[in-house]
Amino acid sequence: MSSTEHSEHIDSDTGKMGMWLFLFTELFLFGGLFIVYAVMRSKYAADFHHAALELNAFVGATNTVVLLVSSMTVAMSLTAIQQKRAGKAMGLIFITLLLAGVFMVNKYFEWGHKISLHLYPGSDVMKTLPHGEIMFFGLYFMMTGLHALHVIIGGILLTIIIFKIKEGKINSEHYLLHENGALYWHLVDLIWIFLFPLLYLIT
Amino acid sequence: MKNHDNHISSDTLNWTVLLVLLILTTISILAIKMHLGTFTVLLALLLASVKVTIVLTYFMHLKFENLLLRLMVGAVFLLFAIVIVITFIDYYFR
Repeated sequence: MSSTEHSEHIDSDTGKMGMWLFLFTELFLFGGLFIVYAVMRSKYAADFHHAALELNAFVGATNTVVLLVSSMTVAMSLTAIQQKRAGKAMGLIFITLLLAGVFMVNKYFEWGHKISLHLYPGSDVMKTLPHGEIMFFGLYFMMTGLHALHVIIGGILLTIIIFKIKEGKINSEHYLLHENGALYWHLVDLIWIFLFPLLYLIT
Repeated sequence: MKNHDNHISSDTLNWTVLLVLLILTTISILAIKMHLGTFTVLLALLLASVKVTIVLTYFMHLKFENLLLRLMVGAVFLLFAIVIVITFIDYYFR
């Protein structure tokens, strides 16, 4: 192994480690909100129970399945690029993007329904609710909104990766960006794995 | 930035992981719908933790990463657990 090759190898490893460090900050961003949720839930148990009944567990479950499948397709696309199958890799990322679209459409209807019922922060109906329920809906919009923002950013990142594969800049030898994009997408999935039972399932 | 000696996960492994994750999701939905009382929240969090561990291990390739990275991820999750425990100790005993 030549010295240049050696330094390139280290670059790839550090590039991935940098991504993980970024993911740690993301974990604590959402972690802070989870802690607020946990403390408020124990303080306003009855209000949280009542407010959580408003959420549609079926929509939540659908989006869970959508995200889990998309996590697999993005993992498979990485396998494909490592095996020099660029076409398959692009196809799988495209499927991932479609699933991200399905997730966002579901989210649009879900939020739309809440907003049509005037259940959004600062609405007239919301002001009449008990304090704990205001807290629940505030956290619901904040957490799912921040998560949806991550879905959009992940989607943009995956689109860039498709173009880079097409240009040949990402290939079976150089796929750090693809790897990091996949890691980001899995993080989006990880956060949803906790959001789904906490917001939709436990009432 | 050449990637060397990286593990390649087979499609079969990815499908298997997805299947396990979907089964665990179904279990958690059914378990919570059965209303197991105070254990519901605990059970939901436990199942979510198992799912997260599976995603980290296989989809995020931690199983095949170097020891340093694995230790870093473990340390961060440990730190997060400590933050949660301390928050609750503060909340319940103030």
